[in-house]
Amino acid sequence: MNGNDFTFVLDGENIRFEPGQTIMEAATQAGIYIPHLCYHADYRPRGSCKLCTVKINGRFGSACTMPVQPGMQIDNDTDELTAMRRRLVQMLFVEGNHYCPHCEKSGNCQLQAVAYHVGMTDSHYPHFYPLRQLDASHPDMLLDRDRCIACELCVRASLESDGKAVFGLAGRGSRTRVVVNSESGLLGDSDFSADDVAARICPTGALIPKREAYLRPIGARQYDLRDIAHNAPPDPPSPEQMP
Amino acid sequence: MHEHLEQASQPEGLQRLVIEPVSRVEGHGKVTLLLDDAGRVQQARLHIVEFRGFERFIQGRPFREVPTLVQRLCGICPVSHLLAASKACDPFVLGSSAITPTAKALRRLLHHAQVLQSNALHFFHLASPDLLFGFDADPAQRNVFGVLATNRELGLRGIRIRKYGQEVIRLLTGKRVHGTGSAPGGFLHPLSLAARASMQQDIDTIIDWCAASLQLARDQYLANEAEYRNFAATRSAFLSLVTADGAAELYDGVLRVKDAEGRLIVDGHDPARYSDLIREEVKPWSYMKFPYLAPFGHDGGYYRVGPLARINNADVLPTPLAEAARREFSDYGGGKPVQAALAQHWARMIDTLMCAETIRELLDAPELTGSEVMGESSDTLREGVGVIEAPRGTLIHHYRLAEDDTIACANLIVSTTHNNRGMNDSVRGVAAQYFDGRTITEGLLNRIEVAIRAYDPCLSCATHALGQMPLIVEALAADGQPVSQLIRHADGQFSRALP
Repeated sequence: MNGNDFTFVLDGENIRFEPGQTIMEAATQAGIYIPHLCYHADYRPRGSCKLCTVKINGRFGSACTMPVQPGMQIDNDTDELTAMRRRLVQMLFVEGNHYCPHCEKSGNCQLQAVAYHVGMTDSHYPHFYPLRQLDASHPDMLLDRDRCIACELCVRASLESDGKAVFGLAGRGSRTRVVVNSESGLLGDSDFSADDVAARICPTGALIPKREAYLRPIGARQYDLRDIAHNAPPDPPSPEQMP
Repeated sequence: MHEHLEQASQPEGLQRLVIEPVSRVEGHGKVTLLLDDAGRVQQARLHIVEFRGFERFIQGRPFREVPTLVQRLCGICPVSHLLAASKACDPFVLGSSAITPTAKALRRLLHHAQVLQSNALHFFHLASPDLLFGFDADPAQRNVFGVLATNRELGLRGIRIRKYGQEVIRLLTGKRVHGTGSAPGGFLHPLSLAARASMQQDIDTIIDWCAASLQLARDQYLANEAEYRNFAATRSAFLSLVTADGAAELYDGVLRVKDAEGRLIVDGHDPARYSDLIREEVKPWSYMKFPYLAPFGHDGGYYRVGPLARINNADVLPTPLAEAARREFSDYGGGKPVQAALAQHWARMIDTLMCAETIRELLDAPELTGSEVMGESSDTLREGVGVIEAPRGTLIHHYRLAEDDTIACANLIVSTTHNNRGMNDSVRGVAAQYFDGRTITEGLLNRIEVAIRAYDPCLSCATHALGQMPLIVEALAADGQPVSQLIRHADGQFSRALP
């Protein structure tokens, strides 16, 4: 290995990378999908959902936070990791109230798409059925905490892209919830706007625009025809993309 | 007719006989009979033993989600709930304005396809084995596979009629069951010319098959008229939607009631004021309420809904072949409403033919492929009622909004609920007529189920496996000792553990 040999091995394949890239960034650049939910290319990684966990030289690590080193041997698409990721997604499902059958985000939802990708066919764990507050106070946006997975993408987008700090997380563990920065705690009393970047960042149906429910026909939704692995990066549909 | 059998005067010490689950119906039902020492039926009840709770758990949900959510009430008729809820939620988007002509045509097409496929399922898959093979036929034969084995053409025809309806639903909503399309304010997507052409391809054949199937249902009834006329007999008024000038109408219209003699006792009633007309009574032994017509009191307000009510109530049907069949049906009743429980299948096939003919008309209508599908108004309302004629009868959805546009209050009266009293009365009639008080026979069980299936194959607006559900029926003596037991196994075989 010399100083210019910026390659590592991902699932047996030699991958080139640029110095300073994380495993996730290098893999994405090479067109290789590593399941993730809290990671977004535009924001600093948090490594909180653990879905991008890979095996690095035999040890577990988060692909979104771990910088690549030359010669790393990384396992991503293995039965062992898929089984672990399936358990993580199942836990996310039972911790919240994710009812795909009538959810407006169904078919365009990263959580659902990742669940399909990792072969989740049931919840496995008992449902928590938490009591969470729906916030429909905003004229254009809906905050449905039932579907929140605490990925913090709205928190980061509001802070870093919109310069507003509308959202934050409060509580600990499975009681973690998204809170709104306004006197009343209601979204309608905050300076949040449907034009904010944060309004289109949610990977689930927790933060969704009003008046766009089910607009994309079944069969033409983002993940109807292609697995999320071939769909990355999974940007939410813009209004212009709506049929 | 059999109200005295709803409550035994002294239930203590009576033998209790239970049929659970009721088979070849969707959902969970249970029939109990109480017998005195002489084996006479003293009490008979059809219990609906599951609780759905949709009215409660949609409270607090955003109204735009509601039509797609509440269609999960049922796997057979989800479209009916999707449309009734869409209609009820239209005022939240449109105020007093109507949906666009294209949206209305699309919803009507969707609705008629739904009634077509659901009626076909009800008649061919669930009820026809009883009619074709008789109530005492070998249970192993008495199912849709038996129909296919003995009358392959008929069985396949039924399956294909249903398939056509399902395919229209798929083209309009993306899925055969639980799709998306209808929404508050109109319809979400226009219909492509290619999709319409695909629907037009087979509709003439479907109409021919529906006409032939109607003939079969009619002939079957008339050939057994002496038995069928009094089977599960009950006498009621009938409630349905009609147009302002009295024609049958499935999607819109006004409420009409004819009494058992055929007199118009309610007409032109605004569906939004349904609560002036209908009251619901709760009984402690069933999760399903018992509605009655409020102006006529609890006893006088007994009514039924469904295809029989639609055909009995209409002055005319909107399509030619169905109208000719209605006239014949009306002549059979001597100008009075036909009451026989099993005449519901005859009426159902007239209804089905009307749907097929209406689908052809809708497919030819130029507004069907228009592009204006969604309306909007700044002057919206906070309360809405949607009433349609679902396959099994009048379906009512009623919602009120909270300040933040979530559902504050919901009331749903589904078709099955309207017919609760009718089904109970028919079950009592069968039990009183056919149980000899000594031995439970498979024929008795099936007769009770035949009566229920004549009204409804989906007791709870729920989807469950079709076919040979395991079933144990016991007759217990006054001291609790079993005196007779019959077991139906999952493979359809029967055995007796006791004599």
